[in-house]
Amino acid sequence: MAIIETAGLTKAFDKLVAVNDLTLSIEEGEIFGLLGPNGAGKTTTISMLCTLLTPTRGTATVNGYDILQEPAAVRRSVGIVFQDPTLDTVLTGRENMELHARLYNVPRGLAKQRIDELLAVVDLSDRGDDITKKYSGGMRRRLELARGLIHHPKILFLDEPTLGLDPQTRQHIWRYIREMARQEGTTIILTTHYMEEADELCNRVGIIDHGRIMALDTPKGLKGQLGGDVVRLRLREPRTDGFRDLSFVREVELQGNVLRLTVVDAERNLATLLARARDVESVEVRTPTLDDVFLHYTGHEIRAEEGAGGWMESVVQYRSRGR
Amino acid sequence: MEAYARARPELVWSFGSELRGIYAVWLREFKVFQREKSRVISSLMTPLMWIFIFGGGLGASVTIPGTGGGAVDYQTYIYPGILTMAVMFSSIFYGLYVVWDKKVDVLKEVLVSPVSRLSIFAGKVLGGCTDASLQAAILLVIGVVAFKIDLGGLALAAVLILLASISLVALGLTIGSFFESFEGFQVIISFLAFPLFFLSGALFPLSESLPDWLHAIAKVNPLTYVVDGLRGSLLGSAFNVSGLLADFGAVVGFAAGMLVVGSWAFGRMKV
Repeated sequence: MAIIETAGLTKAFDKLVAVNDLTLSIEEGEIFGLLGPNGAGKTTTISMLCTLLTPTRGTATVNGYDILQEPAAVRRSVGIVFQDPTLDTVLTGRENMELHARLYNVPRGLAKQRIDELLAVVDLSDRGDDITKKYSGGMRRRLELARGLIHHPKILFLDEPTLGLDPQTRQHIWRYIREMARQEGTTIILTTHYMEEADELCNRVGIIDHGRIMALDTPKGLKGQLGGDVVRLRLREPRTDGFRDLSFVREVELQGNVLRLTVVDAERNLATLLARARDVESVEVRTPTLDDVFLHYTGHEIRAEEGAGGWMESVVQYRSRGR
Repeated sequence: MEAYARARPELVWSFGSELRGIYAVWLREFKVFQREKSRVISSLMTPLMWIFIFGGGLGASVTIPGTGGGAVDYQTYIYPGILTMAVMFSSIFYGLYVVWDKKVDVLKEVLVSPVSRLSIFAGKVLGGCTDASLQAAILLVIGVVAFKIDLGGLALAAVLILLASISLVALGLTIGSFFESFEGFQVIISFLAFPLFFLSGALFPLSESLPDWLHAIAKVNPLTYVVDGLRGSLLGSAFNVSGLLADFGAVVGFAAGMLVVGSWAFGRMKV
């Protein structure tokens, strides 16, 4: 059953179209990733889905409620962890949680039990009564994740959940997110511009660029659409003949004395390839990454866009604050 | 946690939920207030200097007509005015503080919750009102000790202070909701806060001998009626110009107007 459905969702800030005619459907219980560079429209999409921004055109239903007609019911159904920290640093971790519980009208007794449970899940039980000003970046992020779940939302939005965190903390956060999705059955929608994150966590990934969804599938499916693994053979006598007739070879390309082959199931077929190639100096076998996928669908790499994207995003964010 | 997941409660929403939302917002503000005691103490310094240094010094040098023919000294005469000033500054600044909330994004967490904008606004107003009223209470205690104050008028004074504070927090929130940064703050202080204070009759009587333009502005300044009402209730009816009922009416009207404008401005505010 689709828990989120968007129909032609569009948001324009003056001439800049941040989200362009977005139509997608997200299933209940899945971890769905929106992958794209800064400025691709990820945050704007999430802001519309949780009713903080009004779409220019189109609409969406979230947990069966229309974002334009029933914003309050939408807000009761969702939890959100924003990209920028929104903890109250004057309050303790527990007080931040209690504030949230009151805002969402979670009954007192239940809230207390729930806060204890969630603090334990994110390993903050012994730090709950400390002022959050004293927390590290990773701790704040963990507390925000836990806080977003107090009212047991049907859908949890995570906007760049591990942005700016070190690799080890990132691994931890991923573990918590998986844990939460498993234990609570919450539908999780996360945005990221980290390939590994989308690959690691998501059941399905939508590749978003310039406000449009360019491709949408499971990470495996997206990689599969590229046609196979990449095998690079460095040959003593460069040539291409003798490979094209193999049924599992999709593409053959000679770059200097390196033969680049796109191969279905390279691990199984490598022996055949090596037998044909005879005199091989070195071999490299690579399964395609989401980086390759992103490049394939958008024609550019995700990192290259970051500088310009950052600027675009700041325009969008400035605009959205301005009204 | 699994047990909870099975018992997943649907969020029930009612008028009570909104009240709890107002309480949540208020409680947050109150905790911040509690934790910033040094700010509260230092914010009392300015009014105390006005009363005891400015009031004491000027009062010793000149005689101001309209101070009940010398029935009270100048210090006592300006005390209600300085009380109004203290309430005004902390209320307006509290409201303007919403700019900071927007900047550090703590407001987003509240705005994305199911609590209505109107309730969030109400919680904010109550929070600022508590802040300003507690400061006023401390000044009232000092006043009772230091000056000859009509204890019977304290209740009416408290109501006037509450209403003034509600209006001015709403005014601050209104202005704050339009601002993106603190850059315009000095402008607000110069063109709003100080004129409101100086043109309220806080420091001198609004008698017929004043220049016409000054008199005219003072007449439409809502703070004039706060000061006049506080003088009437705390010092005695001899010091009241407009009549307590008129003062009270004007202050109620100001509060009602500012609440309407403030809730509109807060409702349209984007973060």
